Amino acid sequence: MASVEHTDSQGLSGEGGVRRRDFINIAAVSFAGVGAVAVVIPLVDQMNPSADVLALASTEVDLSAIQPGQAIKTTFRSQPLFVRHLTDKEIAEADKVDVSGLRDPQTLEERTVDGKKQWLVTMGVCTHLGCVPLGAGEGENKGEFGGYFCPCHGSSYDTAARIRKGPAPKNLEVPKFAFTSDTAILVG
Amino acid sequence: MSFPWAEHYTPKHPAMQWIDEKLPLPRLVYNAIGAGYPVPRNLNYFWNFGVLAGLALVIQIVTGVIMAMHYGANTLVAFGTVEQTMRDVNAGWLMRYAHANGASFFFIVVYLHIFRGLFYGSYKAPREMVWLLGLVIFLLMMATAFMGYVLPWGQMSYWGAKVITGLFGAIPVVGEPIQTWLLGGFAPGNASLNRFFSLHFLLPFVIAGVIILHIWALHIPGSSNPTGVEVKGPQDTVPFHPYYTAKDGFGVGVFLILFSILLFFAPNYLGHPDNYIEANPLSTPAHIVPEWYFWPFYAILRAFTVDFFFVPAKLLGVLAMFSAILMLFFLPWLDTSPVRSGNYRPTFRKFFWILIIDVLILGYCGGAPAEEPYVMISQIAGAYYFAHFLIILPLISRFERPLPLPGSITESVLNRHNIKGEQDALPGMGADPQPSNAG
Repeated sequence: MASVEHTDSQGLSGEGGVRRRDFINIAAVSFAGVGAVAVVIPLVDQMNPSADVLALASTEVDLSAIQPGQAIKTTFRSQPLFVRHLTDKEIAEADKVDVSGLRDPQTLEERTVDGKKQWLVTMGVCTHLGCVPLGAGEGENKGEFGGYFCPCHGSSYDTAARIRKGPAPKNLEVPKFAFTSDTAILVG
Repeated sequence: MSFPWAEHYTPKHPAMQWIDEKLPLPRLVYNAIGAGYPVPRNLNYFWNFGVLAGLALVIQIVTGVIMAMHYGANTLVAFGTVEQTMRDVNAGWLMRYAHANGASFFFIVVYLHIFRGLFYGSYKAPREMVWLLGLVIFLLMMATAFMGYVLPWGQMSYWGAKVITGLFGAIPVVGEPIQTWLLGGFAPGNASLNRFFSLHFLLPFVIAGVIILHIWALHIPGSSNPTGVEVKGPQDTVPFHPYYTAKDGFGVGVFLILFSILLFFAPNYLGHPDNYIEANPLSTPAHIVPEWYFWPFYAILRAFTVDFFFVPAKLLGVLAMFSAILMLFFLPWLDTSPVRSGNYRPTFRKFFWILIIDVLILGYCGGAPAEEPYVMISQIAGAYYFAHFLIILPLISRFERPLPLPGSITESVLNRHNIKGEQDALPGMGADPQPSNAG
């Protein structure tokens, strides 16, 4: 048997010793491999956010009732959103910080809209592991930098919601938003 | 079947013979956990915890499958259906408390099982595969426990899910897409709850499968023993049944008594009251803590508060936490001492106990709030944890002078009895006493 197979394989070998069977093997396995990958794609992709989750309504926020020093918590993309009316003192505190020494260097101007420096709009999601920081509600702990304080792992944000202390790597995210009038914004 | 002198299966009843010829399942069971598996005669009670872990898994599967019959995996109703199970379903409170506390007991016995393996060097050649598969089971258990804790959709469920999936968000570039993919949204929601329920149902059966591999790999060299000396002949072993089925049976009794005490008298002792508040995405509990069995790893996660070499603190914490477990996969090659048992390794033994205290300290810090002095203590204890495995253990293996090992398991057993035997004058217990070196 072995010798028959031997002569048979010699008979089939083409240039460079490649047999027709080798070609068929590689072609069949490659085809099956591509097919398997094609099947895996939808199996993995179904885990991504579905269309109804992605159909994100933008959020409109009325600012007229928010007094200086106050903040409100609302939701944007099913996550908390902080809108804060900074006092002159808080703006001054944020401006006097040397930006180059920050973990995520940004000035208050870069984080707010031109001429509306007193309106600080950020996501209420700690950039460490996603907790909701304290400081937006009445009487909540604002942390040692007077902005927000995350109770989970102790990240402290300043009055421009920039990370100053603790494990969070980034400043609180500023979502895309625009003023639709003097007292209303559209987020998203 | 590990040794040539193992007893052979001979079916007594014609029906068993008929089955065995067609499908040798009775034979398989006989050779795995019956009289056909010879086991070292000197195992102590620390060898009970493998069987107890198996029992805990059975309790979890039985109570879990029953609870799934009464549970609704939808964020609108999940919290309510769990409360309904507790209040309205016949014996529903028993099922849920048994399941919640059963998880804790599963981890207790598995931690003791790992403790036994670490002290007696069970991870060493030729049992490395047993150790590696055990770690796979441990990782699967942690994933299963985490997803199970999300299902009641209480405050700790929600925020635990957010924090743990947030860990993946720390990975550079691909982190956030992975986090969104895991959750099926930008925050834990209905999609997350459904997939966690599906996987929480599936993974215990995967664990059961890996346990079969774990036992299969164990039965090739056979069980280790407190001396760490390999089996040399039939005099060193006894059949698993009835000797260790009886000993394990006693352990099962003790386990069930302790389990019942917690289950019936303090069912919420290990839980967290915040999880009886329905999930609220706009309010973080003042103090997010995972279940106690994750505390040592949680402490390591939180120990990183400043960036090193441009690597963000968040990523460092995540890497350290995963490394704390993944490092254990290399343990068989980090500890190069040929002596297995800690009983014969005086230096190893001291550092082993320091490690245990270190892990307990980490556990305490993991359950404490993220403030000083706990952060500082976590940093020191976390550093020591890594130093133990990566520096101290390889050095001990190199420089330690172990105590003399007994010639065989039988010799160590007879010597131990001989010392007592001088008073009791036990007959036939070795006429010429060997110098006792069993520590």
